[in-house]
Amino acid sequence: MDNLDRRIINALQGGFPICDAPYRQVALTLNITEAELLIRLKNLRANGILTRFGPLYNAEQMGGALTLAAVKAPEERFDEIADIINAFPEVAHNYARRHTLNMWFVIATETPEQVSQTIDAIEEKTGLTVYNMPKIKEYFVNLKLEA
Amino acid sequence: MIDSRDLELLEHIQTGLPVCSRPYAEIGRRCDMPESEVIERLTRLKQQGLIKRMGVIVKHRKLGYRANAMVVWNVPDDRVKQLGGHMSRFPFVTLCYRRPRRPGWPYNLYCMIHGKDRATVLQQLEQLTVACGLTSFDHEVLFSRRCFKQRGAVYKNIAATASAEVVHG
Repeated sequence: MDNLDRRIINALQGGFPICDAPYRQVALTLNITEAELLIRLKNLRANGILTRFGPLYNAEQMGGALTLAAVKAPEERFDEIADIINAFPEVAHNYARRHTLNMWFVIATETPEQVSQTIDAIEEKTGLTVYNMPKIKEYFVNLKLEA
Repeated sequence: MIDSRDLELLEHIQTGLPVCSRPYAEIGRRCDMPESEVIERLTRLKQQGLIKRMGVIVKHRKLGYRANAMVVWNVPDDRVKQLGGHMSRFPFVTLCYRRPRRPGWPYNLYCMIHGKDRATVLQQLEQLTVACGLTSFDHEVLFSRRCFKQRGAVYKNIAATASAEVVHG
């Protein structure tokens, strides 16, 4: 990844135009050609640095639901618990964290009912209590990770 | 506010925009819609807030962001709004949420700081704590150790794909 790749990522995290030739417009602001931008983007995608390029939806407005949940996985059962939880297609990400609540995951489903069903199923399969911490309020941040 | 043609369009766009000169025309070909209609519908969906933004989703770990801290605070309920608002304005705060307390877990305000090294993240946390007047409140810092799963998968119903991508680790 070179300096131009970084500039491209940084520019695109700020948004992408909805118009007939959006890449040309972005290329103009970066002072490169459209063809060069398209090649760079294909490479960044092939390298797995960009996972997706397109719309980021508002899940709740579309009727979907999501929550942040955590469990206290005993050290000796840690990998087993991770496998059980990751096997749920409703689990979008899962991170190990240093704490007694040591496994934190996001559940994203098509309906709010499915969130509680998933939590029940995880509790049943792991025998652990799932701490359910849905957002009450999101404070706006300008999510941008400088490349 | 959202009709069946919108849903059809969103279904065709959810795996991502084609990387070609006229991406919206290409999407239009897939769902039998003229380019101008694709653009008009997407513009409206964005204005309505169903599409939060158009842009890229990066694999933050691949960009070198490996010191990622979730910081949780126990602040008085009547101050959470003000403190959340204040915190979220710091450029290094990448997510900020109010969440419910649970038995044995008294924290009600969460923020994420994504960083490349732990020392910098801890310095930023110190700066945040002082500037927001948070020194007297209980807090814990949970660095992520391992990422087991960051889903790229796509669902039949777009709702489920949605903010699943928001970085939380």
